[in-house]
Amino acid sequence: MASPTHPDSPIAVQGLWKSFGKQTVLAGLSFELEAGKVTCVLGRSGTGKSVLLKLLIGLEAPDAGSIHLEGQDISSASVKELNETRKKVGFLFQQSALYDSMTIEENVAFPLRRHTTLSDAERGERVHQLLGSVGMDHDLDKMPSDISGGMQKRVGLARALALEPTIVMFDEPTAGLDPITAAEIAKLIVDLRDQRHITSIVVTHDLHTARVIADRLIVLNEGKTLFDGTFDDLNRSKDTFIAQFVKDAA
Amino acid sequence: MATTATPRAATEDVSAFGGPLEAMVEWIGELGVFFWRVSKAMFSHPFEAVEFWRQLDAIGAKSLPLVALAGAATGVVLSLQTRDSLTRFGAKSLLPAVIIFSLMKETGPIITGLIVSGRVGAGIGAELGSMRVTEQIDAMEASGVDPHKYLAATRVLACIVALPLLTVAADFFGILMGWVACTLAEPMSWKLFITTGFHGVTFDDILPPTLKTAVFGLIIGMVSCFQGMRTRGGTEGVGRSATSSVVLSSLFIIVADILLVQLILEFF
Repeated sequence: MASPTHPDSPIAVQGLWKSFGKQTVLAGLSFELEAGKVTCVLGRSGTGKSVLLKLLIGLEAPDAGSIHLEGQDISSASVKELNETRKKVGFLFQQSALYDSMTIEENVAFPLRRHTTLSDAERGERVHQLLGSVGMDHDLDKMPSDISGGMQKRVGLARALALEPTIVMFDEPTAGLDPITAAEIAKLIVDLRDQRHITSIVVTHDLHTARVIADRLIVLNEGKTLFDGTFDDLNRSKDTFIAQFVKDAA
Repeated sequence: MATTATPRAATEDVSAFGGPLEAMVEWIGELGVFFWRVSKAMFSHPFEAVEFWRQLDAIGAKSLPLVALAGAATGVVLSLQTRDSLTRFGAKSLLPAVIIFSLMKETGPIITGLIVSGRVGAGIGAELGSMRVTEQIDAMEASGVDPHKYLAATRVLACIVALPLLTVAADFFGILMGWVACTLAEPMSWKLFITTGFHGVTFDDILPPTLKTAVFGLIIGMVSCFQGMRTRGGTEGVGRSATSSVVLSSLFIIVADILLVQLILEFF
């Protein structure tokens, strides 16, 4: 497998292919992310954006190509090596994926309980700190089903940050949220970049949010990169698909 | 008998049969891989002791009332049905032995296996299926936790430990209510019932049939975890997984029972 062009790139993807049956979702995708920046991956529904995130975290295996995550080649890593790498990555799922048999506090404590040797008191303090950073330091004994979608996203983000990752992946973080809550989530993503220099990759079809948070935009179409640049570059693009995408999102 | 089927029609027949056969072989293969991964996870560090005890409570302790009721009902029915038959053959005095032998050697274990397969199999299939469709299992895996260890191995081990214990409970309540039914028809002391019933019973009559239910527990745990964790298709998929968990584990328990009985008769 070829090595990344920039060895310091936290995420480097080269020649990625993925098909499900006869449907090719990704067709030779390549990109390298810059550390400490927010990259938004946009595209129409069904263009493989969420599949890309699952490939990056090793939940799916590519048909061809290589993925380097924090210098580790995911495609050839053992389960143990992959799990070690995953501790450096936080993941916020589209529906938050909170464990519904656990309280909010237990959800955020779960990765700390699994991967750290913190005492109960230290872990409790850390959980409060994490939930406080996302504005959810209350009703900690509630179950996920007792809180709103926006609150679930915040708790999901707190859980994703529990092990102090250097990379956070977001799958449609503002999907299904009202504009005010979506703006609050966007602000949290920006704060992660500005205050903690975390590298973020955000899959979204929400151009308004992308405008606020993105340092770089990648637009996928038919499994390939159609556009890779800044928001200003996107607005200036002469490509008909891009122009339609921007126009329909306005 | 000569057939008039053309080669093309024969090919179509084979293709039509090949689809389900291929799916079945694929299912067996995937179950085999799943069995291997869970078995490896069960015996590797770290051991999920807290989660194991939680599952043992959910699977074992919470199944006790239902299993006890089933055992009790079985004991009553055995007593009522067998009394009439034995009286006809002049062997009424054998009633306590027949009840106790039937319960401990076969009825108790199989009833326990099927009852737990229904309650626990459906529960595990639905719970893990629901976790799969809401990406909770993906979230667990993405955070560096092996779901085969945390979710599946704990449940499988809890089923293996719980089934023999529940079988003992089913046997006890079956024998107790069998005695009650006996006494209501013709008074007999508990001491006489037990002394007569256990006359000639050895550990080979008690231990192997009870311990074979550990295999039933392995089947229930493995099949329902497997079906749950491979759920696709939203809430409909969750329903399918819950149903298939019960149906498949019940079926495999019945087939396994035939093999295990042969083994027990051979070696004990």
